[in-house]
Amino acid sequence: MLSPVILIPAILNGLLMGAVYALVALGLTLIYGVLHIINFAHGAMLSAALFAAFFAFRMLGLDPYVAVFLLAPLFFVLGYAAQRFVIGPASQGDDRNMLLVTLGIAVVIENALLFAFRADTRTINVPYAFETIDFGFTFLAVPRVVGFCAVFVVALALWLIMSFTDSGRAIRAVAKEKLGAELAGIDVAHVYAMTFGLGSACVAIAACLLIPTYYVNPTVGNAFVLIAFTIVVLGGMGSVPGALIGALLIGVVESLSGLFLGESLGQIGIFVIFIVVLLVRPSGLFGARA
Amino acid sequence: MKGFAPIVAAVGVLAAVPLVVHSIVTLNFLVVTLMIALAGQGWNILGGYAGQYSFGHAAFFGTGAYVTAILQVRYGANAWFAFGAGIVFGAALGGIIGALTFRSGLRGSYFALVTLAFAEVLRIIASVAPITGAGVGTLINLDLGARAFQFQSRAVFYWVILALVGASLVIARLIEQSRFGAWLIAVRENEDAAKALGVDARSVKTAAMIVSGAVTAAAGCFYAQYFLFVDSGIAYGTWISIEALLTPIIGGVGTVFGPLLGALVVKSLGEGAKLVTGDVPGLDLILYGAVLVLVIGFTPRGLIGGFPQLRGWLARHRAPRASSIQEAEHG
Amino acid sequence: MSNQKPPFSRRQFLATTALGAAATAAGTIAMPSVLRAQGAGVKLGVLHPVTGALSYSGQQGRLGATMAIEEINVAGGIKGLGKIDAVLGDAQSTPEGGTAEVEKMNSAGVACIVGGYASNICLATTQAAARYGLPYVVDVGVADGIVTRGLKNTFRFGPGFGVISKTALANLAAINDQAGKPAKTVMIVHEDSLFGSGLAKLLNAQLPQQGFQILETIPHPTPTRDFNNVVLKIKAQNPDIVIPANYYNEYVLLARTMQQQHVRPKGIYSVLGGAASSYKFVKEFPEAANYIMDCNHWFDPRNPKAQALKKKVESKDQFFTYEVYMNYSCVYLIADALQRAASADRAKLTDAIASSTFAGHVMPYGPTKFVNGQNEGAAPVNTQVLDKDIKVILPPAFANAKPVFPMPA
Repeated sequence: MLSPVILIPAILNGLLMGAVYALVALGLTLIYGVLHIINFAHGAMLSAALFAAFFAFRMLGLDPYVAVFLLAPLFFVLGYAAQRFVIGPASQGDDRNMLLVTLGIAVVIENALLFAFRADTRTINVPYAFETIDFGFTFLAVPRVVGFCAVFVVALALWLIMSFTDSGRAIRAVAKEKLGAELAGIDVAHVYAMTFGLGSACVAIAACLLIPTYYVNPTVGNAFVLIAFTIVVLGGMGSVPGALIGALLIGVVESLSGLFLGESLGQIGIFVIFIVVLLVRPSGLFGARA
Repeated sequence: MKGFAPIVAAVGVLAAVPLVVHSIVTLNFLVVTLMIALAGQGWNILGGYAGQYSFGHAAFFGTGAYVTAILQVRYGANAWFAFGAGIVFGAALGGIIGALTFRSGLRGSYFALVTLAFAEVLRIIASVAPITGAGVGTLINLDLGARAFQFQSRAVFYWVILALVGASLVIARLIEQSRFGAWLIAVRENEDAAKALGVDARSVKTAAMIVSGAVTAAAGCFYAQYFLFVDSGIAYGTWISIEALLTPIIGGVGTVFGPLLGALVVKSLGEGAKLVTGDVPGLDLILYGAVLVLVIGFTPRGLIGGFPQLRGWLARHRAPRASSIQEAEHG
Repeated sequence: MSNQKPPFSRRQFLATTALGAAATAAGTIAMPSVLRAQGAGVKLGVLHPVTGALSYSGQQGRLGATMAIEEINVAGGIKGLGKIDAVLGDAQSTPEGGTAEVEKMNSAGVACIVGGYASNICLATTQAAARYGLPYVVDVGVADGIVTRGLKNTFRFGPGFGVISKTALANLAAINDQAGKPAKTVMIVHEDSLFGSGLAKLLNAQLPQQGFQILETIPHPTPTRDFNNVVLKIKAQNPDIVIPANYYNEYVLLARTMQQQHVRPKGIYSVLGGAASSYKFVKEFPEAANYIMDCNHWFDPRNPKAQALKKKVESKDQFFTYEVYMNYSCVYLIADALQRAASADRAKLTDAIASSTFAGHVMPYGPTKFVNGQNEGAAPVNTQVLDKDIKVILPPAFANAKPVFPMPA
């Protein structure tokens, strides 16, 4: 199993999968960093975004790479509204309640999707879905490579927003010191909602990049939730570079342990690494002290 | 003994239920609800009193279930012995996880997710290890009789789980009234201050986790005896981790009756939603999720916290002169 | 299917949204006028996981059962007993959910319960029903444990693991022999829960007996997000035959990944493959599906009743999947037993099912014969995807095509 013919493709696969995880985790880490909640609804949001991408293709004929420019803003608005008008008022600022509220929302979203669209697994067939780049001893799927490049673009965009725009500065202020930010005149409810909106937009982007090689059904997002949570905490909650690097790391770990231990037992690699890192660095790779 | 009277009363009333209610559907519903309440009470000891929210209580539930099942099926052990062994293993696991995580100083959401990771590790191992039957799971043979801890009548199962729940209520009350409980609450409210006052936070939290693990494991052992089939998804799946934290938070975190009340409300909500929406798939769960969000929105401190809230609300909405006096009285 | 603007007709859209759901529901599932009996009638519990992870299969199963009930009622119901009153239950994809529904159905006074679908759900539900002597006909659940616990109330219409793996391997050997024995090495890819693991264990024991060499057995969880590493291993070891045993989504991902990596063994021979004999898979991925063989539940293609049912199901824009026709057959089996028992009494019904020799179903089983609850005649059938359609290749009595093996390059 140690032959480079297998090892190198496995590592490359791990990086490509890690990029997908990163797209999902970026939104989650933003939401955690500012609102200090683990968003239980993240998986359901991903499922909803995948359905949106599916219908954008089926009904509007939009290729997912084009649909992303429509869906990201759409999901920003939806996320903003959800936080501003449902989650915020229901949780009244208590972190623990926000947790349960997002749990309730997750149940609602998943079952609303089931009720509206039934449980059939759906896929789209874009012409480039099976195109591969020949690396000599392995073929890398084009959509995955696109996803890999996209995640860096998204991470860069997030960093630019956070560093150079007023909204970004407001978000960072609230994340660091909510009371102080409020006293300085920042509308905290608005910032919370913007953050949730940004996180939702990231999920929409992840969905569009995932759908060419994956499938859609009401429970599909759940498969990514635990891994996303793990990556967010591993990277340090609230850290965008942490989520990115953590995701790539987890992707490679998952791939290699799957190779050596088998796909079933190999899943353990993710969680063992996670536990070990946290026991040694309790606030994650790049996290500030909780 | 003061403080135990409400527990005795509640258990007494509940114990009389099978004598009055003969619907097996209802009895089955109550058995499952009480089992969830037991798991939730275990969580409550660690999460409510010690303030350490765990997302991985399935680790204890599953260990209790598997130990009970495996000892009977593979080693021919007596069912009651296996039940006890399951609880002991749960407690031991609590000690191990507690020692590891609290030693590193893990707190808050980091702690929560590490517990989730432990539960997942156990789930994955259980899904491939030969001793658990791997993917096939472990099936306990149907052997109706007290010796095998299986009963023809659901009522007997009901009284068993009620006894266990009662014991957990007593444990919670004892903790509340003890010095150990005071330390737990001190750690919960402000760990650093507690440490400064000389509380050994690490040992206290680990002890809480041991008790917590034992109680939740008991719920797992009961599951194995009631349903007679355990596999990795049932034992260590996130469903039970979520139920174990949902019910105390809804009912009232850090209170003796919170998990029991929360379990009754949450489970009844699930059944009620089904009754209202009929057979269309998914509709009942939409209603369930929506009501959940509303309940949390209106009772941020749980349902038990909701009673003083309700009193205050009523007081504020009576005649203006009277209400301002009452406000002054009740604060 | 490479055109970018698929003709997604309004009819198709409606069928996949709430409007469509309500419309189809009005037509088949929750129809008060046809199903709800007036006065005398027989109650039948229809239990499936219609929400949760298994919801697609559960809903298909419910569809098959309710279609049969509707047909029987339209034809006048059961002679002497009246119409069948369906009591629908949602197992919520968990054993606890299933058990709670059994209790409710028992309280509602059902004469019999059909369904369960998943093995772990069936284990719990049949046991719960056994407490009340309530006859229970398992629709699919293949674990052998379901019928080996000595429960008198439990019947399984379809085949279990043991029969399926034996048949699958005998047929594989036959196909291999017929082609001049080009295949010797095998790799198994299976999902790691009850159905996949149980099957893999049996295959591991029996394949060497048929002269095959197992290079590796690869378990994977459900869900699995990515099969690239699995395919890497397949590519590296180059087995002659790949044997997948998993659910629909993972099967599709595996097949697509193999196509992407240009991995083409001499044959892909699934045993209970999730998508290998699925019209949906063939329709959506014809290139990836081509030449795939499966040993799975299948209807009798020469039976006109089966073809009529297929047309009916497809006219509702649903795929004709095994859950549909197995449940359909089970309901007819129960109806026949009710008629012979001339009573809805549970003990009499249990005896009637146990002694039934029912041939009015749509499966290639012959008349039913229950021994210890298992229908002895039940067996899987071998199919292959040829010409963008699913053909039966073995046994010869039901075949409508010859196997193509090895796969053309």
